[in-house]
Formats: sequence, structure tokens, C-alpha cells
Amino acid sequence: MNANPNDAPLVLKLDKITKRFGALTANGDVSLDLRQGEILALLGENGAGKTTLMNILFGHYVADEGTVEVPGTDGSLQQLEPGSPNAALEAGIGMVHQHFTLAENLSALENILLGTEALTSFKSSRAKARQKLESLMERSGLSVDLNARISDLSVGEKQRVEILKALYRDARVLVLDEPTAVLTPQESESLFSTLQKLASEGLGIIFISHKLDEVLSASHRIAVLRGGRKVSDQPTEGCNKRQLAELMVGKTVPESNRDSKEAGAPLFVLQNVSTGQGRDAITNIDLELLSGEILGIAGVSGNGQGTLAKLISGLATPQSGSIVLNGAPLTTASARQMIDAGIARIPEDRHKDGIVGPMTVAENLAIETIRKPENHRFGFLKFGAIAERAREAITSYDIRCQGDKAPARLLSGGNIQKIVLARTLDASPVVVLAAQPSRGLDVGATADVHRRLLEARARGAGVILISEDLDELMRLSDRIAVIHRGVLSEPEKTESVDRGTLGLRMAGQSKEQAA
Amino acid sequence: MIRFEPREPASLKRLILIPTIAAVTALILASIPIAAAGLSVFEAYWLMATGAFGSLFTFTEMLTRATPLILTGLAAALAFRAKLWNIGAEGQLYAGALAAVAVGSGWIDAPTYVLLPIVVFSGALAGGLVMLGPTLLKTRLGVDEVVTTLLLNFIIILFVQMMLEGPMKDPMGMGWPQSEPMLDAAALPKLLPRMRIHAGLIIALISALGIYILLKRTVWGFEIRAVGENANAARHAGVPVTGTFIKVGLLSGALAGLAGVGEVAGLKGYLTADLSPGFGYSGIVVAMLAGLSPIGVIFAALFIASIFVGADSMSRATGVSNYLADLIVAMSLICVLISGIFLRFKVRFIGRKSVEGAGK
Amino acid sequence: MSDIFDILLSINFWNAALRISTPLIFGVIGALVCERAGVLNLGIEGIFTAGAMAGWMAVWLGAGLWGGVLVAALAGAFFGLIHAILTVPLGLSQHVSGIGVTLFATALSYFTYRTALPDVSSPPRIEAFKAIDVPGLSDLPIVGPILFQQTPMTILALVIVAVTAFVLYRTPLGLAIRAVGDNPSAVESQGLSVYGLRIGAVVVGSSLMALGGAFLTMSAFDAFFFGMVNGRGWICIALTVFASWKPGKALIGALLFGAFDAFQVRLQTEIGTIIPGQIFLMLPYILSIAALVLVARKADYPRALLVPYFRGQR
Repeated sequence: MNANPNDAPLVLKLDKITKRFGALTANGDVSLDLRQGEILALLGENGAGKTTLMNILFGHYVADEGTVEVPGTDGSLQQLEPGSPNAALEAGIGMVHQHFTLAENLSALENILLGTEALTSFKSSRAKARQKLESLMERSGLSVDLNARISDLSVGEKQRVEILKALYRDARVLVLDEPTAVLTPQESESLFSTLQKLASEGLGIIFISHKLDEVLSASHRIAVLRGGRKVSDQPTEGCNKRQLAELMVGKTVPESNRDSKEAGAPLFVLQNVSTGQGRDAITNIDLELLSGEILGIAGVSGNGQGTLAKLISGLATPQSGSIVLNGAPLTTASARQMIDAGIARIPEDRHKDGIVGPMTVAENLAIETIRKPENHRFGFLKFGAIAERAREAITSYDIRCQGDKAPARLLSGGNIQKIVLARTLDASPVVVLAAQPSRGLDVGATADVHRRLLEARARGAGVILISEDLDELMRLSDRIAVIHRGVLSEPEKTESVDRGTLGLRMAGQSKEQAA
Repeated sequence: MIRFEPREPASLKRLILIPTIAAVTALILASIPIAAAGLSVFEAYWLMATGAFGSLFTFTEMLTRATPLILTGLAAALAFRAKLWNIGAEGQLYAGALAAVAVGSGWIDAPTYVLLPIVVFSGALAGGLVMLGPTLLKTRLGVDEVVTTLLLNFIIILFVQMMLEGPMKDPMGMGWPQSEPMLDAAALPKLLPRMRIHAGLIIALISALGIYILLKRTVWGFEIRAVGENANAARHAGVPVTGTFIKVGLLSGALAGLAGVGEVAGLKGYLTADLSPGFGYSGIVVAMLAGLSPIGVIFAALFIASIFVGADSMSRATGVSNYLADLIVAMSLICVLISGIFLRFKVRFIGRKSVEGAGK
Repeated sequence: MSDIFDILLSINFWNAALRISTPLIFGVIGALVCERAGVLNLGIEGIFTAGAMAGWMAVWLGAGLWGGVLVAALAGAFFGLIHAILTVPLGLSQHVSGIGVTLFATALSYFTYRTALPDVSSPPRIEAFKAIDVPGLSDLPIVGPILFQQTPMTILALVIVAVTAFVLYRTPLGLAIRAVGDNPSAVESQGLSVYGLRIGAVVVGSSLMALGGAFLTMSAFDAFFFGMVNGRGWICIALTVFASWKPGKALIGALLFGAFDAFQVRLQTEIGTIIPGQIFLMLPYILSIAALVLVARKADYPRALLVPYFRGQR
């Protein structure tokens, strides 16, 4: 990357921002500036303070110390009113959040228009807005059907609507929070080429990421945050992966890699399984999981992997086809029957489906086995036994909490995931279903999850790993299959597939086309 | 600027303090309508206090009034714990009373130790079955149970009227729409001579203890709490969510049905269509004041009952409308909701200054 | 059978149907405005009572009929504001807060009425709204006598349906209300106030509910009775779901309901001797439950309904 616009005027200056939440310092004395036409990558781990910093910039939070400055009408830097999203919008700061902020029941055009006209006005001049948007789309190469309901758009299209929202308001600064988290590699590439184009027209861009490759290839400058502090800020030219990784993590974390070993016999079989029509439905899926292997399932969210996980979790039943474990039919099994059959299920959304927040750590550890004799006598709970097993799990899984009686909601995401791992893997399951198991976790917690999955594999369990993270899939899986529009491809040995091909196939190209 | 921060689990002290503050605040606020009615505030409260606690008789009257409130309060508390919004305790109470009268006024002739358990059981069963309908509509079809339970209240009361004017009308009732009196063998025994206080109170207290043990110490209670706090996670972890809702619905309706049994078998002796002055709705207030704790329900019911009995007595003495009691009860609900914020969150008031200091 | 057709074909019947549905129209539109913004308002039953009492009381004290309408709307706004504060910035359970507001508004109305009129044996009467002739329109065949020989409040209800539909679908404000009931962070990210929109919608929606109550004491009858609202509020909540939160469908739903009610009253006079009257009185409630069951599977609830929003928390 070149053409660093070093002498262009500043469009944004964050000065010594500090933000604390109770005892935690989310941002400590962070300063950052951005020039016109510059693409700045903000690199850091989950929990490094990137999102908090951007929320302060956008007025969702008020900084405890420090200021945000933007050029005023005369071009000199002026302080932005803190805590006001409106002031940020008016100063030309546009933000694309990781979780899209779109009303699903409205059209793309309506979402873009929202808030741009006076609420007291009786008229809405859509024709003019449409004209402006059409020329914007042409210039930037971002095309969407303005009349489409948001709920009918793909993830990539929704992201384009978000960017158009900012451009329609004549943004001078565009912030994107983890923009590629939900995109295929090809979609990501097209996003970055759009961003290049926008930058060359003078837009200042900050994108937040924890992926080293894209940060290196798509930015002019890289700032690294660690533990809420800025530890590095330098031109992209001259940075390399290893150095950035160390800056980001602070220490080298051992990567877990699978050892090569022969997989065993077929263990868990889905045959010709289909669910009904609609979003996320699956059609005629065949899957054969061997014991002692990790089978990776790659795919962009919403292509049926959610439904597949539900089926294996016993939360839904297929319309046709069969599910069989070691010869025993599980096609219509309930969640409890799946658990009893020895299937460990790690849910995709651990806060929503993994834990009961207000209940204690001990209770959350016991919930799957609460009807087992070890946990009750004649229906009355054995508190002593439950607490004791909880304390064992807290030690052996290193769950950081204030004891087994602390409500689970007070734990961090990584420790919540450890509760789920402890209660599912401790029962020595024969099949493990891990749906997006490391999403949103920091490097340490991710390594922990990977280690546990590999342990299960070494023990002879079959592991189904559903993930959007290609690195994770390539590192852990023995075989990888791709799911697209509800159709699962034939799994292939990980050694014989490459990232690019996988990406194309996640986007819907057939194996022959992708190769 | 106000900021809410989640709190560590609340201490018992705070659990008691919050509703107390709410009740006191409601009483203080009630001085506005009292003064508006042209009465001295202190005199009114004095009359209310003596009206509820002034003598053994008034005290037992208060306990008599608390009896159905404990049961409807438990019905609401148990259901709300599972986030099953049973607002139909009023109708379930009438269903329980109707069943008790149907069984206990001559249809079956048996000695007390046979008949009374049958009467009590039928009332509970009737209340439970009434709540089963909305519960099944919720779990099978996704129909919001709030509206169905509310509407069922009206349907059941009309049904009771229909029965009292038709098949169940007392031929000796001089034309009044009321049921035949219950047999002596079907009556709940009185607890004190010459007082109206009856064994329904014992049933209510045992029920409270039972629900407490159920929620705290049993597998079913564990599952009820899990479903209430996060039904998705509970389902994922293999808890039978539908089954739990059905259990809770049946039990919650049964508790409200028991309240109806107590009123006809313990107090009135026969059924009329104005049996309950809104015990079902007041039960919601009782449950919320109690923070949905079964033991707390007992104390909250005593408070609400003393407001009702005290206000009745004050009303007779001064002519001020006894709707004052409903007003205080409603205000305590709103006050306890607001003060509940302090239970769940640390409320930090951030001076405008710090915001301005960072401003221009 | 021919009797039934006679009833359904008579102009009188449809005139009555529209009259009976008027309070429901106000109520359903009020509930719809609240729910479109993401707030379920179970205060509706009490707000009906408060509107009925306050409007009547104002007229009785000499404020004039339109003065009464205004007072009723203000009473509704007051209780709506309580519900809005409890559920929007404080984020409390909309179910429980709504029940609380119903209990509070009902108790305050009854207490006020009793305190103002301690000794009356029969409820005092006011000079209520009368059916008016709209020059020119009332003489139209069929439509004239059905639509334009109504009291002004019925005509106001119809106007409000049109205005609500226009605002929701044609103005920036309506766009914002529809958005805030679906995804509040969409609204906040575009610089609008989630709390402002929601509180505003609940207050306005509650005033409309109160007008439904006021219609009872100032148009349908001319006095205030205890228990006169009789579950109409809850019926409106059911009808809102039935109408899939659309003003046009809400009007149709309320009219169907009114027609059914008018029909059962006429049927009751014909066959009331065979079937107990309570059966007929139960029908509206049963019908409401049936309506809910009918649409339950496909009801497209506003996605953010019942979900409190806290800033900076996504």
C-alpha cells in the first residue's frame, strides 16, 4: 500500500482519551489522528478497547478524560460535543457497527433517510434522496436495491446500506467496526477496494480489525491497542505480521495444532436430512462423522449451519432424513435425549443459549444433568454434591469467578464459554458439536477452546466444528465441508483445500468453478 | 445524567428494605388524595391503623382478608418466576369457588374428613384447569397469555353469573342470584370462636412454605427458575420448557382456585358473583411487593390486607371513599417497581459537571 | 334465517355497528401507536376508565363537551407518561407496569368520582354529544346515514385512523416510530432519540385510548358508571395483534367487532329467551381470544416490542 497522504489536513483527532468502567480502564490515555484520504487500521484483540474508543467517538459513551476534535467550518480543529451521536453525525462521522443498526421492517431507502429529515415535517422527499443515492452508488460502486426490505438483504448488502447511510450524510470520516467478520474473503476484498476508492476521493477511514492479513493489505497506517492503551502507531509500510501479532497480544500464545492421526470408524451419520423452506433451511444434507476427527463446516452465517446445529442439538426435528449415532436413531430426539446419548453441544450464542445469567455458576454447570441421580434425591437437589462438582470444574477449567455461588452473568465471555465447555465436555461425550466456539473470545480463551476440542478428538470423540473463521477451520479440522444455501458439500481433507477456494465456495461457486 | 450499573446479587437486607420503602412511600403519597377529600391525614392513618390492628377482632379480620391474598399472591409469584404472565387469578379464584360449591353443597354427602379434601381438591383443580387453557395456547400456538388470561376473567365471572341465575341458583334464596349454602361437612373450620378467621389461612401458609421449598430445593423449582430467567438456554440444556410451563400454569391456577375455596368454604358459605373485590388483581401487587418470594408474599399480603381492612373502617367512620385502599395498593405497586431499580442496579448520579467539564 | 339477513341489510344495524366500534377504534389505534414504537401498554383498561371519568367530570363541571374531550385526552397523556417513564428510560417490565397503571388509573378515577359525588344514589347525567347531520353527506344513500348520522366523536375516530395512517407511512416521524419499534439502535445511530420517540408515542397513544373511554360517558351514554369499561381495553390489545399493527386493518377489525356486537344484541332480542343472556355477553371476549388464536402463528410482532433499550448497550 502506498500513497500515504501525509500532508493532507486532519479530519479527526482523539486527544488523550481515558474511559473507565468501574475498576476496568477500557481506554487509557489514547491519542489518535486521521488525515483526509487516509485508511487507518485499528488493530487489537477482543477487549483491547477498540470498540469503546469508537463508541466514545460516536457519542455513545462520554470519555472520563480527553477530547475528540474535528475540523469546524473554518477548517481549524474544534472540540466535538461529548455524548451526542447527533453532534458526531453532524460533524460528518459515520459509523458502521459490527451489529448492523438497521430496522429490518423498513426498506433500504427508508433506513438511509431515517433521521435526515425534520420530524415535524409533513413531507418526505424521496425522489431527491433517491437521485443523490443513485449517483453515490455509481461513484462508489456500492449497489443495493433501495426498495428492498432490509430483512430480505444479504449480510454484504446490509453492510453496503450501512456505508451508504454514512455517505448520504456527507461523512468525512467513516468508521467500520470489524467489517469483515461476517463476509466471505471475496466480499471482504470487494469491500476493501471500495474503501480504497472512497479514500482516494478524500474520505478518512478507520477500520477496526483483529485480522493481521487484511490490516496489512488494506491500510495506510496501523495503530495497535492492547489492554486499552495504544502500543504502536506506524505506517503500514515496514510492518510485518509477526511484529504486529506480538504488539497485539503482548506475549506469544502457543497455537494449538492438531497432530496427524488416523480417524476411526463412522460414528454419527446424518442421511438426506432436510428441513422446510425459508431462511437458513437445509436440503438433503449427508454427513458422516468419524470418531477421532474434527469435521469443519465452513460457511457464511445464515446458510443453514444454524439449522444444522439446532437439529444436532435436539431443538428441531428434520422434515425428512435420519440422524443416527452408533446405530441408534436420534432423528426426533429432544435436547435431553441428545445429551443423554452423549452429544455435547456448544451453542453459537453463548449468552442467549449457553447460560442462565442470573443463576449461579454451580447451577449453570449442573443444568444439563440436573435430573441425573447424582444431582437429586426424590426430586430434592443435592446442594453439597452440586457445589462440590462445581468447585472441581472451576479449578480444572480455570473458570475465573467469585466462587460457585456467583451469578453467571457477571463472568466474562471467555469464562462463560468455559462453563459451557466444562459442563458439556466433562461428561466425556462421543460427539461434540461446536458452533462458532471462539467467536468474540480473546486469543487466550480461543486457545483454550481449541485445546479442549483437540483433547476431545484425541480421546476418540467426533467433533463437528461450525465456524466462519477460516484460520480456525484450517488449523483444527481433519476434513472441511462447505455449506451454502442449505447444501453441504462433500468433505475434503484439509491438506487438499486452500483458503481461496474455500472462500469462493462459501460464496456459492461449485468446486469446479472455484478451482 | 443517571447511569445504571448491574449489581451483585441483592442482600436479604435490601430485599426487605426495598418493598418497605415502597410501601411507606405509597402511604405518604396517599396523603394527597386524603387531604383532597378534606380529611386530616393523621386522623385518617390513625383510623386505618386501629381499623386493622386495634383489637383482636380487627386483627383477625385483617388475617381473614389476607388469606385469599396470600394465595393469589403466590399464584402470581410462581407464574411470574417462570415468566408465565398469569393475570387471570381473579377468574381462577371464581372457578375454584364454583367447583367447591358445586361439590360441597349437597351433591356429595360424606363426613368432613372425606368431603372437605374433595372440596379443596376440586377447587384447586378447577383453578388449575382454567389456567391450563392459556398455557397451552401459549406453548402450542404462541398466543400471548396476558390477554387471554385477562379476557378469561370476564368470561368466567359471566359463567358464574349464569350458573347462579340458572342451574345452581338457591331456590330458598328469595330470588337473589346466589348458590345453595355449602354443607357443614364441607366447611373449613374456624380458628377462633366468634371470629371469622378460618382454616384457609393455614392452607395459605402451608402453600407459601410449599412453594418456597419447591422453588428453592427441588429439581422442578430449578427448572422453573431456569425457564423464567432464560428459556432459550434452558431449552438448549435439555430442560423441558413446555412441560415446565404446564406445571407452573396448573399450579398457579390451583393456588388461585384455593383462594376461591377459602372464601366460600371458610368465610361466606355460599357463592355470589361479587365474591371477590379484586383479590386476583391485588395478588399481582402482593407478588411484586414480595419480590416474587413465596415467604415475602405472606408479609406483603398482610400489608395489603391491613390497607383494605383499615380503609374500610376509616371509610365507615369518616365517609371518605374506601377506594382509597385500591389507590394505595396501586401506588405501592408503582413504587415497588421504581424502587426495584435500586435492587437490580447501582444507580449512579453523574454530575452534569463532569460532562460539561469535558465540553466546550 | 331471513331475519338474520334483514338485520344485516338494515341501515340502522350498520349505523349501530359503527357507533359500538367507536371506542374500540380509539383504543386499537392508541395501542397500535404505542406498540409500533415498541411499548406494550396494558394501562389501556385503566386509561379508558380515567378518560371516561375525567371527560364526564369536566363536562359536568361546566367545561363543555369539547372541553371534556380535551380533559380526557390530558388524563390519558398523564397516565401514559407514567407508563412511559417506568418502561422506557427505567426499562421496567411492560407487563407489570401496564397492570400497575391500570390499577392506579382505575382506583384514582373511582376515588375521585366518589369523593366529588359522595351521596348520589343514581349517577348524574350530562348533555352528551348528539348525532349530527353533515350537510350534503348525510343525505347520500346508504353511506350517508351509516357514516354521517353519527356523533362528532365517531367522526373524530375515523379522522384519527386516517391521520395515524398518514403519519406512520408518509412522514419522517412515522418512519422513525416504525424504526424504533423494530430496532432502536437504528434510530439512535441516525441521531434520533429512542427515549423521546417512545415516550412521545406512548403519551399520544394513551390520549387516544382515553378518548375511547370518553366516548362511553359523553357519546354512547351520558353518565359514569363503575365497571363500565368492562374489558374493552383488553379487547383492543387483542384486536391490535389481529390487525397486524396496521391502522386500516385496525379499523376493519374494530368494525367487524362492532358489527358482531350489534348483531348479537339484536339476536338476543330474538332468541334471548332460550339462551341465557350471559352467553351473549361472553361472546366479545371469546371472539377476542379466537381472533388472537387465528393470527397467532403468523403475527408479525414489532421486533423490539417489550424489549427495553439502554444507551450504549447493543
